Amino acid sequence: MAQMNMIQALNSAMDVAMGRDPNVVVLGQDVGFFGGVFRCTDGLQRKYGEHRVLDTPIAEGGIIAAALGMGVNGLRPVAEVQFADYVYPAYDQIVSELARLRYRSAGEFHAPVTVRMPCGGGIRGGQTHSQSPEVLFAHVCGLKVAIPSNPYDAKGLLIGAIEDDDPVILLEPKRLYNGPFDGDPNKPAVGWNTHPKGEVPADHYTVPFGRAEIVRAGSQLTIIAYGTMVHVAAAAAAAMGLDAEIIDVRSIVPLDVDTLCTSVCKTGRCVIAHEATRFAGFGAELAATVMENCFWNLEAPIQRVAGWDTPYPHAFEWEYFPGQARVTLALKAAMEPK
Amino acid sequence: MVNESRLHVPAPPARPGQPPDFSYLQLSPAGALPRPPTNASWRDSGPMAYGLIRVLDEAHRAVGPWDPKLGANDLRLGLKHMLLTRLFDDRMVRYQRQGKLSFYMKSTGEEAVSVAAGMALQPEDMLFPAYRNQGLQVVRGQRLVDLMCQLLSNTADMCRGRQLPVMYHSAPARLFSISGNLATQFPQAVGWAMAAAIKGEEHIAASWMGEGSSAEADFHHALLFASVYRAPVVLNVVNNQWAISTFQGTAGGEQTSFAARGPAYGLPGLRVDGNDFLAVYAATRWAAERARSGGGATLIELVTYRAGAHSTSDDPARYRPRDEAESWPLGDPIERLKQHLIGLGEWSEARHQELNQELDGQVNAEWKEALTFGTMSDGPRLNRDLMFEDVFKELPEHLRRQRDLLRAELAGST
Repeated sequence: MAQMNMIQALNSAMDVAMGRDPNVVVLGQDVGFFGGVFRCTDGLQRKYGEHRVLDTPIAEGGIIAAALGMGVNGLRPVAEVQFADYVYPAYDQIVSELARLRYRSAGEFHAPVTVRMPCGGGIRGGQTHSQSPEVLFAHVCGLKVAIPSNPYDAKGLLIGAIEDDDPVILLEPKRLYNGPFDGDPNKPAVGWNTHPKGEVPADHYTVPFGRAEIVRAGSQLTIIAYGTMVHVAAAAAAAMGLDAEIIDVRSIVPLDVDTLCTSVCKTGRCVIAHEATRFAGFGAELAATVMENCFWNLEAPIQRVAGWDTPYPHAFEWEYFPGQARVTLALKAAMEPK
Repeated sequence: MVNESRLHVPAPPARPGQPPDFSYLQLSPAGALPRPPTNASWRDSGPMAYGLIRVLDEAHRAVGPWDPKLGANDLRLGLKHMLLTRLFDDRMVRYQRQGKLSFYMKSTGEEAVSVAAGMALQPEDMLFPAYRNQGLQVVRGQRLVDLMCQLLSNTADMCRGRQLPVMYHSAPARLFSISGNLATQFPQAVGWAMAAAIKGEEHIAASWMGEGSSAEADFHHALLFASVYRAPVVLNVVNNQWAISTFQGTAGGEQTSFAARGPAYGLPGLRVDGNDFLAVYAATRWAAERARSGGGATLIELVTYRAGAHSTSDDPARYRPRDEAESWPLGDPIERLKQHLIGLGEWSEARHQELNQELDGQVNAEWKEALTFGTMSDGPRLNRDLMFEDVFKELPEHLRRQRDLLRAELAGST
């Protein structure tokens, strides 16, 4: 086992996949010689050549469309969109083309494209470097969508995505690239080197899509979270001394309904946490799923913790970010007696 | 392992550790290109789309038909605006390094692109800048203290804390809100110009973007709509050779010029020495006159060099030779205009030093004033309730509720 941060783990995933399959190619802005603005593709062009690790023009729509065409012609492209906030020019290619190609051609054509994009806030990136658009992909039929919360899952999900014959959107919480983050910006940053999920096998493995992980078993309530909020929610529950069962969704589509609902049926209480805006956020889907499956076991209304329904404001980063204070209020509400 | 394949992958002429090499750059001697009348057909712009419009020669004299014949006062004003822009940029980068700003993007080496164009347009013309056009803000008389307050996201921030540094705007100064998303402003400027034509106004629009951004579909939307509707707009591609780590060849500059995209859409294309204040001024004037008189849009490529990093988050030493800027064949726009003025007997090293000192003092004084309105970490802060305003014209009920929830959250955590 090696110690890796999330950047190294993602890099290792692409390295392993490229080493095993000559059809795997990487493309995106600044991903080649420079190795990516977050260094996720560092060294790959040196190792695999500039014909397999392509610096592209600044055209997200072009990147995804070209990846689709490559995929149709037998390659397995891994496309990087430099920030999730910049994916929208590619949205038509993703929604109308990539997601539906298999369906509309009755399986005769498909494009096994993986789209990676850093997402989320907490890096003073303002509204153009902080968004969490997972629900915009989750709502599109034909895309698998995953958000890792740690280096181990990041590598396993990315290799799984590359090997998957369906298109996959991998959202990478950039605040977690270099270490876990519990939501308190005033604490000194910690690395992944002391975290168990910073231990990452150097070679091939996958984390399956459609499988959530119980990060912590507990009896008093269930916290359903993903990405950065797994760490924030865990810290908030620990600070309250709650025996919370914490579930990392990991795979948004397909969703591991059984794991989530078995837990809520057991605890009878549920808090859902994500960074994205609240209204019609993925939390709404999670809450509806829990309601449908656990209604008779619920002891209190399901609580949602989310970003406010505004763009991500530069000056109010920590008032916007759903930190421990917001989680704590939701936990208290969920623990109210009937 | 380097795969050989039939795919052509553009490579910059030099990477770190290699000697800078600008032999790829097509240059024309100053004064060599003709200046057609502003109502000429786009077909006549061929030489200008592939050559390079230059006015200042090697001895810093203004030569040829593109010489705009500006008076000494205008030249000195241009020099002053460019110098102020540079001093402002340098100091803001320093303050970012000291942790006083979260982020900054300087325009060093590209000052003429904004300042000369800004001066060549009318004050009522609507400008749609990109994020490296601070010279336009200076020309339009934006106070540095107002720009600094935006950079600081403080209580006097024109964006009320919503935007990353450098994403300025000013409706009164007719400077459109800068977007962090690339190229989006280009077709918007065309739409503004179409509205001006519909309403019978004489004002025109102008927009800027980098050559890297011209890969975005929005660039092509802009040229197409501008051509179809003969919109009164000046479209500027600032070819500063580098889009973060990718050189202009990756954006499609290897096989042809960016100016040549204009004729492909039926628009004149002008390829201009972007570090030649007079050439930028003259080309902008030509395009503006053409637009104002019903001739439609012009695409201008401004050939320049990004002398600094892409942003304070970038380190160009990782991907290009450290000394590349010094080898840039088109020199420095401030130095060139300064030498031109000295050659005319209208300026001197001593006066330049004096101006430098005066402007640096101004930047310093305005920074001190800006700090009184707060910083990201000290002093007065914007009211947090502002976070919920301007999402819609009226604050809707769900945001009113969220505003109250935030108040409760903050009350509970203190």
